[in-house]
Amino acid sequence: MAIISLNDIAKDKVEAVQEYSLLAGRSLSNLFAQPRYLADTLLQADSIGVGSLPIVVLIGLFTGAVLALQTSSTLQQFGSLSLTGQLVSLSMVRELGPVLTGILVAGRNASGMASELGSMKVTEQIDAMRAMGVDPTKKLVTPRLVATVIMLFFLSIISDFVGLVGGFLISNFLLGLNPNQYWSRAYQALRFGDVFMGLSKPVVFGFIIASVGCYYGMTARGGTQGVGRATTQAVVSASVLIVISDFFITKLLMGIFHY
Amino acid sequence: MDTLLRFEDVSIGFEQPVLDGISFQLARGETKILLGEAGTGKTLILKLALGLIKPDAGRITTLGEVISEMREQDMYLLRRQIGMVFQESALFDSLTVEENVAYRLIEDTGRITDEIHARVLEVLEFVELAQTYNLFPSELSGGMRRRVGIARAIISQPQVLLYDSPTGGLDPVTSNTIIELVVKQRDIYKTGSLLVTHRLQDAFTMASHYFDRRLKKMVPLEDGSRRDLHTSFLILREHKVIFEGTATQLLRCHAPYLREYLS
Repeated sequence: MAIISLNDIAKDKVEAVQEYSLLAGRSLSNLFAQPRYLADTLLQADSIGVGSLPIVVLIGLFTGAVLALQTSSTLQQFGSLSLTGQLVSLSMVRELGPVLTGILVAGRNASGMASELGSMKVTEQIDAMRAMGVDPTKKLVTPRLVATVIMLFFLSIISDFVGLVGGFLISNFLLGLNPNQYWSRAYQALRFGDVFMGLSKPVVFGFIIASVGCYYGMTARGGTQGVGRATTQAVVSASVLIVISDFFITKLLMGIFHY
Repeated sequence: MDTLLRFEDVSIGFEQPVLDGISFQLARGETKILLGEAGTGKTLILKLALGLIKPDAGRITTLGEVISEMREQDMYLLRRQIGMVFQESALFDSLTVEENVAYRLIEDTGRITDEIHARVLEVLEFVELAQTYNLFPSELSGGMRRRVGIARAIISQPQVLLYDSPTGGLDPVTSNTIIELVVKQRDIYKTGSLLVTHRLQDAFTMASHYFDRRLKKMVPLEDGSRRDLHTSFLILREHKVIFEGTATQLLRCHAPYLREYLS
């Protein structure tokens, strides 16, 4: 059995990054050339956006509720329970809404993309597509990319709002806060920088989810085992990249908006 | 143009060399059958002709374009004029038979028009599967899927047809049906084609039978018939072409390996 050297592993990793970058770049440049597969994009948007809606609402609701619950004891110590609305609003919009939604959609859709494209790859369907003169990046990858970015944007907004509702339910019925106190605080606390941060993150995360999912799918090999491996790696990589990029985006935007 | 495909000194290898200095030409209306043991790179030749893989050395000219030097994005228009039948048929399993067969045509219109539907039925009629147009590939047998694969390749009336082991893994009866279809396509439409197979009997059947339009079936060539079937063999061994010629020439050849291969 040949021992794989560190050199080979490093080369493989660099090649993987190269292939990924080429795929991501090409799927973006496809937006500027015909043919554009609008029907496929809409189908994907339906599957990614509308399909993820119930679970995003559920997670958003309970996250907002838990936020309010967990922080209530600490806030109460300082007599600042009225700040709950502000706290839930800022946490959801700036951070938890985009990131949790992103990780959720990564788990649901990056795996779906990797397994669907991976299965097509190992059964020669991608080659058949190429042989028939249809560009798989235009037909398969770009629609998924566009659909994910757009849908994640709206899903994050919905998640933010539902999170606020969850926080409200807890503050009103459990903590005895006045609705006006909660909602006015929640609304006034948000500044342009917060909203910008909360809406720019889904765009980046959406790009990561779709490009990573499609990359692992298109490079799958080794039959069903390979597809399974590709699916797992897609979810893990997408989730990790989301969390890491979240840190850098936050740091960057905090610098830009002078926090 | 008269030469559909030209391979000039093509070599390719993955860790080990697979093809070494392969050269041949496919003329318009000609059928070449690629023979050789498993692993001799026959399928690779088809993929190289389509530009799905690039060679390590040599030049490949497909339909007048040097495909070995083209970028992937530029090859798509060229590929629309070539039909390929894959070994495992490679049908799109989430699309119906009709959507599979009409795939290339749908690219231009975006949906199945009445005209496309009529064309699909016509081509399915040719492969004798007209009643399956609404089924999914998973509901068909292996042989039927292979025939749908052929229908999908021929619907746009390509200039070249590439067949990758069209009878691989099929029982003798079904294999015969497939070969009959290939012969029918060859004799009625006279499309140039490259056929890969490791079944000698299929190759000799193709070289000794023709499709009779009156009788609507494949019949053997009469002894002494002067009919030219434009069918020749190309035998690969150990990365090289060891024989190129007609069936008659092959049977007269004295090379020891060929005698062994034929027996």
